[in-house]
Amino acid sequence: MFAIYKKELRSYFINAIGYVYMGVFLAIAALLLCYTTLGSSSYDTSTYFTFMLFTFIILIPLLTMKLFAEEKKLRTEQLLLTAPVTIWGMVLGKFFAAATIFVSSVLISCINFFPLYSIASDERASLEYSVVHIGPSTATIVGCTIGIVLVGFAFIAIGMFVSSLTENQLAAAVISISIIVVMLLLNVLNNYIDTYAIRVVIDWFCVLSRFSSFSYGYIDLGSVFYYLSITGVFLLLTVRVYDKRRWG
Amino acid sequence: MIKIDHLVKNYGSNCAVDDVSFEVEKGEIVGLLGPNGAGKSTTMNILTGYLSATSGSVSIAGLDVLENPLEAKKHIGYLPEQPPLYLDMTVEEYLIFNYNLKNCKLNRDKHLAEICDVVKITDVYKRVIKHLSKGYRQRVGIAQALIGSPEVIIFDEPTVGLDPKQIIEVRNLIRTLGRDHTVILSTHILQEVQAVCDRIVIINKGKIVADEKTENITRAVENNRRFNLKICGPQKEVLAMLKAKPGIVYAELLAQRDGEAYTYMIESEVGIDVRKSLFYTLAEKNWPLIGMEALGMSLEDIFITIVDQSAPKNRYERKAQRSRNQRSSIETEVAKNMVAKNEKKEAELSDLFDDDKK
Repeated sequence: MFAIYKKELRSYFINAIGYVYMGVFLAIAALLLCYTTLGSSSYDTSTYFTFMLFTFIILIPLLTMKLFAEEKKLRTEQLLLTAPVTIWGMVLGKFFAAATIFVSSVLISCINFFPLYSIASDERASLEYSVVHIGPSTATIVGCTIGIVLVGFAFIAIGMFVSSLTENQLAAAVISISIIVVMLLLNVLNNYIDTYAIRVVIDWFCVLSRFSSFSYGYIDLGSVFYYLSITGVFLLLTVRVYDKRRWG
Repeated sequence: MIKIDHLVKNYGSNCAVDDVSFEVEKGEIVGLLGPNGAGKSTTMNILTGYLSATSGSVSIAGLDVLENPLEAKKHIGYLPEQPPLYLDMTVEEYLIFNYNLKNCKLNRDKHLAEICDVVKITDVYKRVIKHLSKGYRQRVGIAQALIGSPEVIIFDEPTVGLDPKQIIEVRNLIRTLGRDHTVILSTHILQEVQAVCDRIVIINKGKIVADEKTENITRAVENNRRFNLKICGPQKEVLAMLKAKPGIVYAELLAQRDGEAYTYMIESEVGIDVRKSLFYTLAEKNWPLIGMEALGMSLEDIFITIVDQSAPKNRYERKAQRSRNQRSSIETEVAKNMVAKNEKKEAELSDLFDDDKK
């Protein structure tokens, strides 16, 4: 598993894709912060994080589209599947490689918050009376960072599952994009539905509705469990795809 | 070392491998021979744990591949039909990746250097696989199969797409490997199994058609009794003479003409060399003999008769087939040989049973 993890991580940076992903992610993160938090001259970062979720529509499929599709096309999956590695080992190795790139880009993008803190400290110094709190809410930042990481994991697992179904990278990307778009926009649809039962069901699949608790800096175990279980289910499905092919 | 027991693999209603059983001893080189789509690759994929079997079992070094895949796979090096190469890696990176993937415990640098030496890729060790030629890529694929020095090495059509010189090199390499490893290779080229293997298993439409030592088949080939003759002279009379000549059991006029010479095919009786007396007879009659070519029974012939009895493809084959069917020929001998062997085995078995009764 570790060999596969290392190989995937390396292959992100041999091909341009790792650099493209990192560059685009950091640029978009910086721009979004300018237009949301800085643009409205506030310290509120929750809008920024919500918008970040929407950038995953393009960014996550970029990471996951080639993971299995390329192996299938080059017939290298035969090498992995005949090596003394379990299918779980292979899937997890690839998942953790994509997750590592993703998490590190999220962590690097936290540099964006330094200006907020420095502006806040300037402002505090210029005030003659003391206030309870001025500046960005650290709890929101930490909570939302954990939140988008969890959502990212879920999307990576979904993208991997789609990638394992096809040998065409482009098809994998397009299908993952559509699934992620639907999962993000489901709660918009929910506003137009009056029947309670349907709303509840749609809510189960709706990623955004669980995200709000993170923006109060409150880590809701239910939400954490929800995102982790989506991740787990799609990883399991990916393993099943390979199991089934073997038995097919 | 390898035991395949009543292996069956169905793809939907299509049966790719149908009740195949054979065993391979340690240190043996076995060739799986069969036309395209015969089930060679499927058998190998099941052997290596890439596919599962519909029924039956496969064990490697006493470990069942389906029940204990991780342990069994440690004993196998596999080169699939298309070498599984990551084109954007260098040879070095690729081999190190495989070394880690197989969790190999040998001294890394020494082991890899040895392998590179054996398959002769030391001079491209630092190059990116994308830029290598087909022959080198194939060798990198072979190197990958050798990592960890597995007891069983499986090659799926290892010489496809190589030039003649490379083919000979790869065959020599496989022969060398056979000294320390058990090797199974699949191919549809008969010379290849003849040149490399100790034993030949012929597969067609998912079934084993023959399982023989290479010598047995080669012996049949050397037992040469068929010739093509080119003789100048009146064709009817020449043919009549050939048919009447003692020692010749069959003569036929072929539809080939070389100037004023016609081509005849003859088959002699077992143990009689008719060539000399034939020459003098022809000289006497003043019919110049301008060509004599031993036809021999190539493995191709054996192969075609065994594998493709039902549907000969072209006119020549059909004709050859007819003549073979008409005359008692070498392949019947091979068949008799096999039957006799089986009878001997059965006799031995019944002897054993008799002993038990006593």
